[in-house]
Formats: sequence, structure tokens, C-alpha cells
Amino acid sequence: MKEQSEIKLHLLFPLKTMIVMAVVLLAISMTFAFRSRNNIMGNTKNDNAINTDSAESVKAFMQVYKVLMSPACMNCHPAGDAPLQGLDGHPHTMNVKRGKDGTGLYAAKCSNCHQPQNTPGSHTPPGSPDWQLPPENMKMIFQGRTPHQLALQLMNYNQNGHKNKEQLIAHARTTLVKKGWDLGEGRIQPPMSYSSFVIVWDEWIKKGGYAPGQ
Amino acid sequence: MISLIVNQKPYQVEVDPNMPLLWVIRDVIGLTGTKYGCGVAQCGACTVHLNGEAVRSCVTRVSRASGQKIVTIEGLSENNNHPLQLTWQEIDVPQCGYCHSGQIMSAAVLLRENPNPTDKNIDEAMSGNICRCGTYLRIRKAIHMAAERQKTHTIL
Repeated sequence: MKEQSEIKLHLLFPLKTMIVMAVVLLAISMTFAFRSRNNIMGNTKNDNAINTDSAESVKAFMQVYKVLMSPACMNCHPAGDAPLQGLDGHPHTMNVKRGKDGTGLYAAKCSNCHQPQNTPGSHTPPGSPDWQLPPENMKMIFQGRTPHQLALQLMNYNQNGHKNKEQLIAHARTTLVKKGWDLGEGRIQPPMSYSSFVIVWDEWIKKGGYAPGQ
Repeated sequence: MISLIVNQKPYQVEVDPNMPLLWVIRDVIGLTGTKYGCGVAQCGACTVHLNGEAVRSCVTRVSRASGQKIVTIEGLSENNNHPLQLTWQEIDVPQCGYCHSGQIMSAAVLLRENPNPTDKNIDEAMSGNICRCGTYLRIRKAIHMAAERQKTHTIL
């Protein structure tokens, strides 16, 4: 019976055709595997509407990376459980800790000193209504990440605060992200303007959210 | 006009909404137990409770506290008998005393959220409260003692 079915299959599809079909099927499956690796998202419905140009996407991300690794962003995305301060990224004074939800611990919660707005004066506590670190169960670390690692992390739904591409694009418009360009007197801004950052951020994501090589 | 509830008592104050809460507490309402230290949230002398959290009143605009509940050192207990206050007296924690209103208000949040704090927990809660006299070891000891005391004491 087995031999008979193999013979029938050969009759229907000559060997050459079967090899071509196998190659095509392999190529299709690899394409989907690559896409899913670069879009580990909860909702990828918007994938069909975007132009996936990996070279331009990666180029845009390298601009994004410079901003995310600047103290204005990285100081609240530390590798450890203490926020960072200053251009040299030293641990926050006062032994401040992340806490379970990212808002600090006990009498040292972020909003005890960081007000809904900046405090007047040079190097006084900057402020925003939602000032905090990422939570303990999803630390969203920037510090020490290579461009490759950070891009993959930002595109990973399980590591980026459960955001799909639309939500990532919206995230760049939040008060807390904008705050990176308005941290009060005496602080240096990220290496490009906010409006330029939004352009490269959007471009990176809309062109596929690709990660630079390792 | 801004409405405040300070130590369970309602107040209406006619002040600039940007005025630091500390000025309102001390100069308008007249509760001077809370101290001015640095004015930029670096020392903790001005710590009060805003809806139960240990905020720095020197940088907190009074508008943020509008309609909210504030507790100062004068309102921490009815008869200065909070376990922390009793223990502070028992082992003479203060030297000059200037920072200790803030120290106690911060410690009160710690004990509320963690009734059995370790030394590490105390450091995490209290490192933002500076004491120029260096009474840190007595502060730590007093917090441990107050933690024991509050097991048989009802806190407001």
C-alpha cells in the first residue's frame, strides 16, 4: 500500500515539481518566522499596512538608540533597581529604589519629591504626573543594551509593557516621554529635538521595527 | 480660595496656588512643627503626609493638596502618643531636633506599610531624611522599638 501511494504521488507531481514546491514552502515559512521574530506583538493587524524596509528601519533605529541611551531616558530605565541621576548616570541619591510597581518604596516614593510639574530652580526635582520607573516584573532596561538587544526588547510585546506597534507609536506622544525634553533648569536634553525623535521613532516602527545586527 | 483638610480639620486659605504647602502649613495655618530645611526636596525636614504619603512640602504646591488630607507632626497622634513619638522620647533620639518632625513622619509611613522592617527596609525608607547631628543609629533603633510597640498600640 505504501509503495502504491508513493507511486501515485509521483504520477501526480513529478520529482522536479515536488522539489520546487518544497523550496517555495520553506521560503514562505521562513518569511513568516522572520516577521514574527521581529514583531513579537499582541496585535500585528497593522503589519499589512506598513512598508517593511529593513535598511531604512535599522537606520532610523540607530537615531532612536542615541536618544534612548541619553541620560534623559536611560536614567529611568536602569539595569538595577535604583534610578540613575546626572549625566554620568550615578545611582539616585537617598537610596531610592524601584519598588514593586516602579513608584518607589515607603517614604521614598517618586511622587513624594517629583511633583506633577518641574520644581523651579537649577537641578531641582523634575516632575510629571506619572513620574516612575518601569515596574519590577517588566523592567524595560535600557542601560547596557546594545542597539540589537534594545530594538528586539522594544519590539517584544512581553518585554515592552505589552504594546503593539500602534501603541508604541502612541507611547512616544505621552507626557512622560515628552518630559525627556523638559527636565527643568540645568539639565541637558537628548541629542535631537523631540519632533525629530518622533519622526525617526515612527519610521523605525512603520518600516518594520527591525533590529540592527549583533 | 483653596480648601485643605489638615489634621482632620478643614481650612480655607486665600493664597497663590503655586505657594509651597510648607508655607501654608507654617505661615498661614500656623502649625510650625514642620520645618524648612533645604527648600528643594533634598533633606526631608519638611515631610508631611498627603493622603498618607510622605511628601516634601517645600516643593509641593498647595494646589496639589487642594481638597486633600494632610497630616503634620501635630496631627500624627492625639496626645503625642504614636509609638514612634513615645519611642523617640524614651531613648532621646534627637540631638538638635530640627529634622525629627520629618524623620518621624517618614518612619510612620514605613511602619504603616511594613510593620516589621529590617535594617535594609529602614535604610530604604529613611535615607532621604538627613540629620546633621548624625542620629541615624538612634533613629534606626527607635524604629525597631516602635515596631514592637505598635503591635500593642492602635495607630491613627
